[in-house]
Amino acid sequence: MADLIVFLVLLALGYGTGRYAEHRHYKSILEREDKLRPIPAVATKLAPWGDPAPETQMVAGNVVISVDYFKRFVAGLRNIVGGRVMTYETLLDRARREAILRMKEEAKALGSHIVFNVKIETSSISKGRKNAVGSVEVLAYGTAFINPR
Amino acid sequence: MHVSTLEYAPGKKIKKHLGLVQGSTVRSKHVGRDLMAGLKNIFGGELKGYTELLHDSREEAMGRMVEQAQAAGANAVLNIRFSTSSVAQGAAELYAYGTAVVLE
Repeated sequence: MADLIVFLVLLALGYGTGRYAEHRHYKSILEREDKLRPIPAVATKLAPWGDPAPETQMVAGNVVISVDYFKRFVAGLRNIVGGRVMTYETLLDRARREAILRMKEEAKALGSHIVFNVKIETSSISKGRKNAVGSVEVLAYGTAFINPR
Repeated sequence: MHVSTLEYAPGKKIKKHLGLVQGSTVRSKHVGRDLMAGLKNIFGGELKGYTELLHDSREEAMGRMVEQAQAAGANAVLNIRFSTSSVAQGAAELYAYGTAVVLE
Protein backbone atom coordinates (compact mmCIF):
# COMPACT_ATOMS: atom_id res chain seq x y z
CA MET A 1 0.00 0.00 0.00
CA ALA A 2 2.76 2.41 1.03
CA ASP A 3 4.58 1.56 -2.19
CA LEU A 4 1.53 2.41 -4.20
CA ILE A 5 1.16 5.77 -2.48
CA VAL A 6 4.82 6.64 -3.11
CA PHE A 7 4.42 5.61 -6.72
CA LEU A 8 1.31 7.72 -7.20
CA VAL A 9 2.89 10.74 -5.51
CA LEU A 10 5.98 10.47 -7.72
CA LEU A 11 3.80 10.09 -10.78
CA ALA A 12 1.77 13.16 -9.90
CA LEU A 13 4.91 15.16 -9.09
CA GLY A 14 6.51 14.12 -12.35
CA TYR A 15 3.39 14.96 -14.32
CA GLY A 16 2.96 18.37 -12.72
CA THR A 17 6.53 19.64 -12.66
CA GLY A 18 7.47 17.90 -15.90
CA ARG A 19 4.64 19.50 -17.81
CA TYR A 20 5.33 22.87 -16.27
CA ALA A 21 9.02 22.64 -17.15
CA GLU A 22 8.23 21.53 -20.69
CA HIS A 23 5.72 24.31 -21.21
CA ARG A 24 8.14 26.94 -19.98
CA HIS A 25 10.96 25.51 -22.02
CA TYR A 26 8.92 25.51 -25.24
CA LYS A 27 7.90 29.09 -24.61
CA SER A 28 11.51 30.17 -24.20
CA ILE A 29 12.57 28.13 -27.26
CA LEU A 30 9.94 29.75 -29.49
CA GLU A 31 10.86 33.23 -28.27
CA ARG A 32 14.56 32.78 -28.87
CA GLU A 33 14.03 31.05 -32.21
CA ASP A 34 12.17 34.12 -33.37
CA LYS A 35 14.99 36.35 -32.19
CA LEU A 36 17.72 34.27 -33.83
CA ARG A 37 15.94 33.73 -37.15
CA PRO A 38 18.29 36.20 -38.94
CA ILE A 39 21.16 33.77 -38.26
CA PRO A 40 20.37 30.60 -40.21
CA ALA A 41 22.08 27.35 -39.31
CA VAL A 42 22.47 25.24 -42.43
CA ALA A 43 23.74 21.73 -43.06
CA THR A 44 25.40 22.66 -46.35
CA LYS A 45 29.06 21.71 -46.57
CA LEU A 46 30.07 23.89 -49.48
CA ALA A 47 29.59 27.49 -48.55
CA PRO A 48 29.76 30.25 -51.12
CA TRP A 49 31.95 33.14 -50.09
CA GLY A 50 32.85 36.45 -51.57
CA ASP A 51 35.98 38.50 -51.66
CA PRO A 52 37.48 39.20 -49.14
CA ALA A 53 36.95 35.76 -47.66
CA PRO A 54 35.14 35.64 -44.31
CA GLU A 55 36.74 34.63 -41.06
CA THR A 56 35.51 31.31 -39.73
CA GLN A 57 35.07 30.18 -36.18
CA MET A 58 33.79 26.95 -34.76
CA VAL A 59 30.69 27.26 -32.58
CA ALA A 60 28.93 24.66 -30.46
CA GLY A 61 26.04 24.32 -28.08
CA ASN A 62 25.09 21.45 -25.84
CA VAL A 63 22.34 20.60 -23.40
CA VAL A 64 21.44 17.70 -21.13
CA ILE A 65 17.76 17.20 -20.43
CA SER A 66 16.32 14.72 -18.04
CA VAL A 67 13.07 12.81 -18.37
CA ASP A 68 10.56 12.96 -15.54
CA TYR A 69 8.90 10.13 -13.70
CA PHE A 70 5.65 10.45 -15.60
CA LYS A 71 7.29 10.38 -19.03
CA ARG A 72 9.24 7.30 -18.13
CA PHE A 73 6.14 5.57 -16.84
CA VAL A 74 4.20 6.31 -20.02
CA ALA A 75 7.14 5.13 -22.13
CA GLY A 76 7.18 1.94 -20.08
CA LEU A 77 3.53 1.35 -20.87
CA ARG A 78 4.22 2.01 -24.55
CA ASN A 79 6.83 -0.72 -24.46
CA ILE A 80 4.05 -3.24 -24.02
CA VAL A 81 1.93 -2.31 -27.02
CA GLY A 82 4.52 -0.57 -29.18
CA GLY A 83 4.07 2.56 -31.27
CA ARG A 84 5.04 6.20 -30.96
CA VAL A 85 6.41 7.33 -27.64
CA MET A 86 5.20 10.91 -27.69
CA THR A 87 6.68 11.75 -24.31
CA TYR A 88 10.21 11.03 -25.53
CA GLU A 89 9.65 12.72 -28.86
CA THR A 90 9.05 16.08 -27.22
CA LEU A 91 12.04 15.52 -24.94
CA LEU A 92 14.40 15.03 -27.87
CA ASP A 93 12.82 17.84 -29.85
CA ARG A 94 13.37 20.23 -26.97
CA ALA A 95 16.96 19.14 -26.50
CA ARG A 96 17.84 19.51 -30.20
CA ARG A 97 16.26 22.91 -30.57
CA GLU A 98 17.89 24.14 -27.38
CA ALA A 99 21.33 22.95 -28.51
CA ILE A 100 20.93 24.68 -31.88
CA LEU A 101 19.82 27.87 -30.13
CA ARG A 102 22.86 27.85 -27.88
CA MET A 103 25.10 27.37 -30.88
CA LYS A 104 23.42 30.28 -32.64
CA GLU A 105 23.77 32.45 -29.55
CA GLU A 106 27.49 31.78 -29.57
CA ALA A 107 27.59 32.69 -33.27
CA LYS A 108 25.67 35.87 -32.61
CA ALA A 109 28.09 36.89 -29.89
CA LEU A 110 30.90 36.57 -32.45
CA GLY A 111 29.07 38.83 -34.88
CA SER A 112 28.34 36.03 -37.33
CA HIS A 113 25.39 35.99 -39.73
CA ILE A 114 25.32 32.32 -40.76
CA VAL A 115 26.48 28.94 -39.50
CA PHE A 116 27.54 26.30 -42.02
CA ASN A 117 27.96 22.53 -41.89
CA VAL A 118 25.93 22.01 -38.74
CA LYS A 119 26.15 18.57 -37.21
CA ILE A 120 23.93 17.31 -34.45
CA GLU A 121 24.85 14.51 -32.14
CA THR A 122 22.61 12.81 -29.62
CA SER A 123 23.65 10.50 -26.85
CA SER A 124 22.00 9.07 -23.81
CA ILE A 125 24.46 9.86 -21.08
CA SER A 126 22.97 8.21 -18.07
CA LYS A 127 20.82 5.19 -18.07
CA GLY A 128 18.57 4.56 -15.14
CA ARG A 129 17.36 1.29 -13.79
CA LYS A 130 16.71 -1.48 -16.29
CA ASN A 131 18.52 0.52 -18.96
CA ALA A 132 15.70 3.04 -19.20
CA VAL A 133 16.69 6.41 -20.64
CA GLY A 134 17.55 8.76 -17.80
CA SER A 135 18.69 11.81 -19.70
CA VAL A 136 19.77 12.74 -23.19
CA GLU A 137 22.55 14.99 -24.33
CA VAL A 138 22.44 16.84 -27.61
CA LEU A 139 25.43 18.61 -29.09
CA ALA A 140 25.10 20.90 -32.08
CA TYR A 141 28.21 22.28 -33.75
CA GLY A 142 29.13 24.08 -36.90
CA THR A 143 31.29 26.76 -38.45
CA ALA A 144 30.24 30.38 -38.15
CA PHE A 145 31.14 32.79 -40.95
CA ILE A 146 32.12 36.26 -39.87
CA ASN A 147 32.30 38.89 -42.55
CA PRO A 148 35.40 41.08 -42.37
CA ARG A 149 34.65 44.72 -41.71
CA MET B 1 45.17 27.53 -34.61
CA HIS B 2 42.33 27.55 -37.09
CA VAL B 3 39.64 24.98 -36.23
CA SER B 4 36.64 24.32 -38.39
CA THR B 5 33.98 21.75 -39.25
CA LEU B 6 34.42 22.55 -42.93
CA GLU B 7 36.68 20.60 -45.25
CA TYR B 8 38.37 23.75 -46.50
CA ALA B 9 39.21 27.23 -45.27
CA PRO B 10 37.52 30.03 -47.23
CA GLY B 11 40.03 32.03 -49.22
CA LYS B 12 43.02 29.98 -48.10
CA LYS B 13 44.86 27.20 -49.85
CA ILE B 14 45.82 23.98 -48.16
CA LYS B 15 49.55 23.49 -48.61
CA LYS B 16 49.95 20.16 -46.89
CA HIS B 17 47.85 17.43 -45.31
CA LEU B 18 49.24 15.97 -42.11
CA GLY B 19 46.63 13.31 -41.48
CA LEU B 20 44.21 12.61 -38.69
CA VAL B 21 44.62 14.14 -35.26
CA GLN B 22 42.50 13.20 -32.29
CA GLY B 23 41.88 13.93 -28.66
CA SER B 24 39.73 12.19 -26.14
CA THR B 25 38.85 12.29 -22.48
CA VAL B 26 36.91 9.93 -20.25
CA ARG B 27 34.94 11.60 -17.53
CA SER B 28 32.89 10.35 -14.69
CA LYS B 29 30.21 12.21 -12.84
CA HIS B 30 30.52 12.61 -9.09
CA VAL B 31 28.14 11.51 -6.40
CA GLY B 32 26.72 14.93 -5.61
CA ARG B 33 25.82 15.55 -9.20
CA ASP B 34 24.44 12.06 -9.49
CA LEU B 35 22.16 12.70 -6.55
CA MET B 36 20.84 15.85 -8.14
CA ALA B 37 20.39 14.03 -11.43
CA GLY B 38 18.43 11.33 -9.62
CA LEU B 39 16.07 13.96 -8.26
CA LYS B 40 15.76 15.59 -11.65
CA ASN B 41 14.80 12.22 -13.07
CA ILE B 42 11.58 12.59 -11.13
CA PHE B 43 10.87 16.22 -11.91
CA GLY B 44 12.32 16.60 -15.39
CA GLY B 45 14.22 19.59 -16.73
CA GLU B 46 17.76 20.49 -17.67
CA LEU B 47 20.70 18.99 -15.83
CA LYS B 48 22.93 22.06 -15.75
CA GLY B 49 25.73 20.26 -13.94
CA TYR B 50 25.96 17.65 -16.68
CA THR B 51 25.71 20.23 -19.42
CA GLU B 52 28.71 22.05 -17.99
CA LEU B 53 30.64 18.86 -17.31
CA LEU B 54 30.24 17.67 -20.88
CA HIS B 55 31.04 21.10 -22.27
CA ASP B 56 34.27 21.30 -20.29
CA SER B 57 35.25 17.75 -21.19
CA ARG B 58 34.71 18.43 -24.86
CA GLU B 59 36.93 21.51 -24.62
CA GLU B 60 39.59 19.31 -23.11
CA ALA B 61 39.30 16.73 -25.88
CA MET B 62 39.56 19.55 -28.43
CA GLY B 63 42.59 20.94 -26.58
CA ARG B 64 44.34 17.59 -26.81
CA MET B 65 43.55 17.34 -30.48
CA VAL B 66 44.94 20.82 -31.10
CA GLU B 67 48.10 19.94 -29.15
CA GLN B 68 48.62 16.93 -31.37
CA ALA B 69 48.12 19.07 -34.46
CA GLN B 70 50.66 21.62 -33.21
CA ALA B 71 53.17 18.86 -32.53
CA ALA B 72 52.75 17.73 -36.13
CA GLY B 73 53.49 21.25 -37.34
CA ALA B 74 49.98 22.12 -38.49
CA ASN B 75 48.38 25.52 -38.26
CA ALA B 76 44.80 24.36 -38.76
CA VAL B 77 42.48 21.45 -38.06
CA LEU B 78 39.71 20.98 -40.59
CA ASN B 79 36.62 18.80 -40.75
CA ILE B 80 36.33 18.36 -37.00
CA ARG B 81 33.83 15.82 -35.70
CA PHE B 82 32.76 14.92 -32.19
CA SER B 83 31.64 11.60 -30.88
CA THR B 84 30.40 10.46 -27.50
CA SER B 85 30.28 6.95 -26.11
CA SER B 86 29.59 5.55 -22.69
CA VAL B 87 32.37 3.15 -21.80
CA ALA B 88 31.12 2.11 -18.38
CA GLN B 89 28.24 2.92 -16.16
CA GLY B 90 28.58 6.52 -15.07
CA ALA B 91 31.52 7.31 -17.34
CA ALA B 92 31.48 8.77 -20.81
CA GLU B 93 34.17 9.17 -23.41
CA LEU B 94 34.22 12.38 -25.41
CA TYR B 95 36.21 12.20 -28.57
CA ALA B 96 37.17 14.87 -31.08
CA TYR B 97 38.97 14.25 -34.35
CA GLY B 98 39.88 16.16 -37.46
CA THR B 99 42.41 16.56 -40.24
CA ALA B 100 45.57 18.52 -39.50
CA VAL B 101 46.68 20.72 -42.37
CA VAL B 102 49.09 23.51 -43.14
CA LEU B 103 47.34 26.56 -44.56
CA GLU B 104 49.22 29.12 -46.56
